[in-house]
Amino acid sequence: MARRDERAAGIGSRAVQVGFLVAVFVLWYLATNRWGVNRLLLPNPISVWHQLVDVVSSGEYLPDLRVTLTELAIAFVLSMTTGTMVGFFVSRTRYAIRVFDPLFAGIYSIPIILFLPLYVLFFGLGPASKIALGATISFFPIVINTIAGFGNVDRTLVTAARSMGASDYQLFRFVLLPAALPVILTGLRMGFTIALLSIIGSETIASLAGLGHHIVQLAEGMDMARMFAYIAFVVIIAALLNGIVSYLEARGRRHR
Amino acid sequence: MNADRFLARHPGVVRLAVVLAILLAWEIAARWLIDPLFIAPPSQVFASLGAVWQTSGVPAALRLTFFELAVAFAIAVVIGLVIGLAVGLQPFARRSLLPIILLLYGLPQITILPLFILYFGIGAASKIAFGVTHGMFPIMVTVIAGVQNLKPILLTSARSMGASRWQILRWVIFPHMIPSFFAGMRLGMSGVLLGVLLAELYVSTAGIGHFTTMFTENFDPTKLFGLIAMLAAMAIVLNEIVRRAEIRFGRWR
Repeated sequence: MARRDERAAGIGSRAVQVGFLVAVFVLWYLATNRWGVNRLLLPNPISVWHQLVDVVSSGEYLPDLRVTLTELAIAFVLSMTTGTMVGFFVSRTRYAIRVFDPLFAGIYSIPIILFLPLYVLFFGLGPASKIALGATISFFPIVINTIAGFGNVDRTLVTAARSMGASDYQLFRFVLLPAALPVILTGLRMGFTIALLSIIGSETIASLAGLGHHIVQLAEGMDMARMFAYIAFVVIIAALLNGIVSYLEARGRRHR
Repeated sequence: MNADRFLARHPGVVRLAVVLAILLAWEIAARWLIDPLFIAPPSQVFASLGAVWQTSGVPAALRLTFFELAVAFAIAVVIGLVIGLAVGLQPFARRSLLPIILLLYGLPQITILPLFILYFGIGAASKIAFGVTHGMFPIMVTVIAGVQNLKPILLTSARSMGASRWQILRWVIFPHMIPSFFAGMRLGMSGVLLGVLLAELYVSTAGIGHFTTMFTENFDPTKLFGLIAMLAAMAIVLNEIVRRAEIRFGRWR
């Protein structure tokens, strides 16, 4: 009986979710087609759909996508290598953790996007400033999680491995790394997500190319349907990338 | 020996030394190694704080940005709390609406920043709106989680003792969600700071974004560093206030 109730409630909440989404699209359609909301404020959902199909099929997104993905890849590789290395060396002594961990956490709480004008001044409007900003912002969650991961390994495991004669490499490979990996992977996923966001954000604010830049171009041209379509496209790309990273994180946890 | 023990007891001193060493390296690099058009040594930045403050319009811009942050935070807290309570207290509403809220929270909002400018103009309204949408979701989600952790037996016993809806809200639910509410406020504050500053940097006529653009285009790194240092200080103070509030009220039950 209780199980049937639960199932009915499950179907009911699913219906509310679908109904919510349908209502959004119906209201959007009615607002643009019946109630005469200005096309310059809200484009018609059907023309947005046509534009989205056109954006995807024409391949005009390729140059911008390539710029953004290149920036993201370089920034993430930089922050991943420096973040995990600095984090590992800090985590080697309790004292270093007590010195550096609050420092990193303190800087992490400042909205680092503030420094974007400095980065633009220093690295120019091109990809370099986006890479540098993305690497800086994503460095902090990675280093903080790496410190937390390696710093909280159970001491008895380390002592046990040592007393059984494990070498430095064996200790790292078979004790420290497996114990710390889940936390580090979480840091890497967080770092990846905010690197992506900050790169698209800095492209939106000041840049010459990239997905964020293209949205701004369309906005300035008041090409609303195309802009909505392009925003949807970028959101889908971001969701895909985040999905891939979450999948890799889950796999990495299983295969330690 | 004594010095060793002192340092072991006070890692903060070493931390300060690390920060000073970084500042010193920056000073040396800025003075002798890098073109002064792009970077200013910290000593000059510090000395220029007064000049930045006296640049006509800068105090007003900082006040405007502070105003935008305060209004956006207040609106985000109210919306987050009301929707969070409304959704969190009803098991059915929570199950059906929480996934939608999480979906919206997960969207990269930065992509719709140009839309906000289009709808709300280039003045303060668009910054406030963008700050609100960044700040309200973390508050909503933590309030929902906080209400969810409430033990059902407390509600049942309060009801069986004849408590009214309002009394349950005031004496059972409210005290129990205080810790998660303040945790949500802290997350909401970082969201609001991010949203408002992003919108400011994107386009601004009177706020700090206007001056960062101006100092950048004039290749005046000293004033740019000074202004950004002031803003960072503002962000640190605001973050610290909500963090202290979280520590102060988070333990209380």
